[in-house]
Amino acid sequence: MQNFSGVGVMPGRVIGTIRHMPPALSEPPAGEKLDASVTAEQAIARLKEAAASVQADLRTRAATASPEAKAVLEATAQMATDSMLLKGANKLINTGLSAERGIWESGETVAQMLITLGGYMAERATDVLDVRARIVAALRGVPAPGIPDSTDPFILVAEDLAPADTATLDPAKVIALLTTGGGPQSHTAIIARAMGLTAIVAAKGLEALESGTEIFVDGAAGTISTSPGDTERTAVDAWLKNAALLSVFDGNGVMADGHLVPLLANVGGGKDAVKAAAAGAQGVGLLRTEFCFLGRDTEPSIEEQVAEYKAVFDAFGSKKVVVRTLDAGADKPLPFLTDASEPNPALGVRGYRTDTTSPGVLARQLSAIATASAGSEAEVWVMAPMISTPSEAADFAAMCADAGLATPGVMVEVPSAALGSEAILGQVSFASLGTNDLTQYTMAADRQLGPLAALNNPWQPAVLRLIELTVAGSRAEGNHKPVGVCGEAAADPALAVVLVGLGVSTLSMSARSLASVAAVLKTVTLERAGELAQLALAAPSAETARTAVREALPALAELGL
Amino acid sequence: MSERLATIASASGLHARPAALFAEAAGALDIEVTIAPKGAPEDDALDASSILSLMTLGAAKGDEVVLRASGDGAEAALDSLVALLETDLDAV
Repeated sequence: MQNFSGVGVMPGRVIGTIRHMPPALSEPPAGEKLDASVTAEQAIARLKEAAASVQADLRTRAATASPEAKAVLEATAQMATDSMLLKGANKLINTGLSAERGIWESGETVAQMLITLGGYMAERATDVLDVRARIVAALRGVPAPGIPDSTDPFILVAEDLAPADTATLDPAKVIALLTTGGGPQSHTAIIARAMGLTAIVAAKGLEALESGTEIFVDGAAGTISTSPGDTERTAVDAWLKNAALLSVFDGNGVMADGHLVPLLANVGGGKDAVKAAAAGAQGVGLLRTEFCFLGRDTEPSIEEQVAEYKAVFDAFGSKKVVVRTLDAGADKPLPFLTDASEPNPALGVRGYRTDTTSPGVLARQLSAIATASAGSEAEVWVMAPMISTPSEAADFAAMCADAGLATPGVMVEVPSAALGSEAILGQVSFASLGTNDLTQYTMAADRQLGPLAALNNPWQPAVLRLIELTVAGSRAEGNHKPVGVCGEAAADPALAVVLVGLGVSTLSMSARSLASVAAVLKTVTLERAGELAQLALAAPSAETARTAVREALPALAELGL
Repeated sequence: MSERLATIASASGLHARPAALFAEAAGALDIEVTIAPKGAPEDDALDASSILSLMTLGAAKGDEVVLRASGDGAEAALDSLVALLETDLDAV
């Protein structure tokens, strides 16, 4: 038996066989010539054959795909043998380039044409680039890039996933997700939580395992072992029994002593909101309005925005919905707002700061939120991301007042906002801790970087200390202004107890995690949570903080969390 | 050389599903058919069986395009393709 460990990001116990994500395809070198032993005619014939095999493969997959995926796969299959794509490549091959380089450049040209057209066409550029990569892989005789295709369910092992890969992740096929890189706050982790997919990140050494190896995964413990036996099978059975219990949240976040902790959902749009409401969420603690903007090269109209926001408000009746204004920049660039050439985008013009470089977008967004709010029952709160100073908070509050929005707030993600929360809360009505960014900025560790995963951990006592200071600032301010958490930290049942113990009043998370967090909160009193918070604050490291708190919460082991 | 003028009827224009259906129909014919915006030089006409060409053409609902083909069966082939373009394929 071989053992591996990483950072568990989504609980679950699974036994299955692994498949590796093929390495990303390397670009054929610029100017790569035809091999001397091959004529242009032969290369063109090989390309045609490769394109036909890619088409056949995509058609086979389309035949068994879900209706949505089927349409995309069929269109992509059609592109594989498209005359425009192949003729462009053939011309280049006739000038002496290799078939791989020819199709690479031809695909690039076509994709650029589509991007120039914008809108729907620009989105299809991704399909052209996908087909191009598949054809190059076929020419080289290597597996096609992307999530491997399999008729049987498997455990996916990858270095890290790109957002585009996660879109093609079929939860019926992939039963657990393991990455050797990536951190607990990477997009891979966020998506695994949203899909409810058992996942462990930053598990070193897995790359050496052969495809088809049977392994046991414990997503709560962050452990992986080969050659599973009876002990592991019993553990899986116990998990499945508990999982049924942990899938239901009764819509009432309450502690053992009756102290109420409203459990809210993080959502990214109307569809998400309907699901979250069905899962019992007591409101929305974070509406990521980027969903309305991402993939657009121009700002959406006010009417479009109103319709999108209203769909979310309406899903929650008269409950609270906290809207975060546009958080563009860093890992979420938008062509009409952010400057892609910044040397250090995480420290650049992002979030609220884009209002200084592109004034107008935020004011129009606030006006759209106000209109949508006026047409719905929901209790709408609005908060700005990346606030660093009281004067920014005051400016944002004034903009909200101008738009007719009564409850302005700020995200606390920058350490200066945590340290200055008393003065900042003097300007606004509430604060919400974005623990992902707060951790990245406190530890000065890019959350996308696998090697920094250990630093990028919200259990870091320094991060917990800043959360405590934020709450203390609110108490000093004197008007009982609520401080919530809407980062991934709230979805970790053990950390959720610590956050409540630090004085946080509401927790917002992926709807999938509501039931687990509620089940554990129910077993602890507020006083005990306070003691556990002190235990975590006093720990010398993130790992010891986590271990100490987990040991003091027997419910976690019982529930397999 | 036979020629036909057709007006795009699909609500979304000649993209997505309508483009896929049209390219498939054009590709199934034994003769080569080209497509070009009305008034464009014949040399700039694109292969009607290429979905990527159709997409880069960017024809919207109500736009007029010229279809061209020559050889046996050209007339009948063009008639069938015109009929397809003048049907709202988003609605079927």
